[in-house]
Amino acid sequence: MNRAEIVIVGAGISGLSIAYNLAKKGMKNIVVLDKSHFLAGATARCGAGVRQQWATELNCILARKSIEFFSHANETLNYHRDIEFKQGGYLILSTSKEEDIQFEKNVKLQNSLGIPTKHLTKDEALKIVPHLNPDSFTTATFCETDGHINPFLMSEAYYLAAQKLGVEFHFFNEVEDIVLEDGKIAKVITDKMEIQTNKVVDAAGGYAQEIGGMVGIDIPVYSENHEILVTERATQMLEPMVMSFSKNIYCQQVPHGSIMMGRNNPNALHNHDVSSSWRFLDKMAKTVNHILPEVAKQRVIRTWGGLYNITPDFQPIISDSNVKGFYIACGYSGHGFMFAPITGELLTEIILGEPLEYYAKALHMDRFNDMDKIDKEHSVV
Amino acid sequence: MSKRDIIICRCEDVSLADIHEALDMGYRDFESIKRILRVGMGPCQGQSCAHLVKNEIARYNKVNPETVKIHKTRPLISGVVLKDIAESDEDE
Ligand SMILES: Cc1cc2nc3c(=O)[nH]c(=O)nc-3n(C[C@H](O)[C@H](O)[C@H](O)COP(=O)(O)OP(=O)(O)OC[C@H]3O[C@@H](n4cnc5c(N)ncnc54)[C@H](O)[C@@H]3O)c2cc1C
Repeated sequence: MNRAEIVIVGAGISGLSIAYNLAKKGMKNIVVLDKSHFLAGATARCGAGVRQQWATELNCILARKSIEFFSHANETLNYHRDIEFKQGGYLILSTSKEEDIQFEKNVKLQNSLGIPTKHLTKDEALKIVPHLNPDSFTTATFCETDGHINPFLMSEAYYLAAQKLGVEFHFFNEVEDIVLEDGKIAKVITDKMEIQTNKVVDAAGGYAQEIGGMVGIDIPVYSENHEILVTERATQMLEPMVMSFSKNIYCQQVPHGSIMMGRNNPNALHNHDVSSSWRFLDKMAKTVNHILPEVAKQRVIRTWGGLYNITPDFQPIISDSNVKGFYIACGYSGHGFMFAPITGELLTEIILGEPLEYYAKALHMDRFNDMDKIDKEHSVV
Repeated sequence: MSKRDIIICRCEDVSLADIHEALDMGYRDFESIKRILRVGMGPCQGQSCAHLVKNEIARYNKVNPETVKIHKTRPLISGVVLKDIAESDEDE
């Protein structure tokens, strides 16, 4: 039978980053399992925006550190292609007095953490995106070091770097059970093989709950469909990501030229559906036509869906657990792509029993034992 | 004719040589190759390249092309201007 030092369930951006970081620290015999082809989960379906403009200190820190990594990822990972990190900024629109006040607070917090966000007047925002509908917003915040990355190529960069360090990958291998002996992990069973191991990482994205269930842990997360669309290639017209929480839109032109946009469906059911709906297309088209009429003149060529995996405070779980050898990285809502570098670094420290960064405690699953004390992130679409 | 000059996906400018390199790197199914090379992601959504890629995958894996899956058909089937959708039923 196969033996592994550790088995990572899920080869999305989280699993890839964890595998790479563990291998870089010298761990041998790392096996990554995925039930499907390369990048079947949320990672290949996401908007791949990376931003530091958050409302909680924790998310600000995680995002800032991850962006530091992305800015030299090609060299660090010795990647033969380019991850296409475009730092065109995020322009976040406010549409009411209340939002203005909240944004003022956010900017103060972000600045105090070394994130160079500015609160802009309408005219200043219009200088950055001249074709914004001036009647669709009041003020805006802008952070010029936020941006976008090609999610496929970023993932491939981690994947190849991990492979070079000896990590073994098995695709089309669905984990069906995890066997415990005396309360400790003993083996992982897939539809194709069995692997003896004492350590498992749950990085199964939208299926993290189900993997937790295999060792008797009830991870407080659920999954829901988030839809997104892409237009055909357009002439350069949108430098930053434009986003509004109150109007429910994010919209970004990627270096390839196509424009991606998505929105949240408040009525989404908690399940694993990733289908496309006419309703999304209709609402999305109306929203973008209102805020960015020039963008609305482009042809949409595809819509799709992917799973957000959501915790009660919209912040991730990066944590060990009360089952010895079982580690968790899930619950990223709409920001697990951008947090991947820090996910890999932190979980590696946890697994290797190294001294932890001070903020790591706030990512432990135990925080949900006392629901009154959690610090919710509100700046989400 | 060189494999570099044989274009498989015209929307995203992907050559036969690119496809063979991806197969050699270990990307052996349509969805994986699509993620690395963008085949099928352009305006035609794979309507012209998908069967060509499928044949190359089948030849490489030594399997019947019938058994090779291509990507899911998703809306829209042909490009539509967003503004037209937005304004299609203003009175809703
Ligand atoms: C529409 C949309 C837009 C988004 N936009 C952004 C954005 O702009 N910025 C950002 O940072 N994030 C964004 N996100 C969120 C981001 O995509 C996710 O948080 C992130 O990709 C999660 O990565 P992951 O590796 O944890 O999970 P996934 O990428 O889902 O990977 C999990 C993997 O586990 C595998 N798996 C599941 N069950 C099993 C099993 N039983 N056995 C073996 N393998 C299994 C799956 O096949 C999958 O490959 C967006 C998400 C969506 C859906």
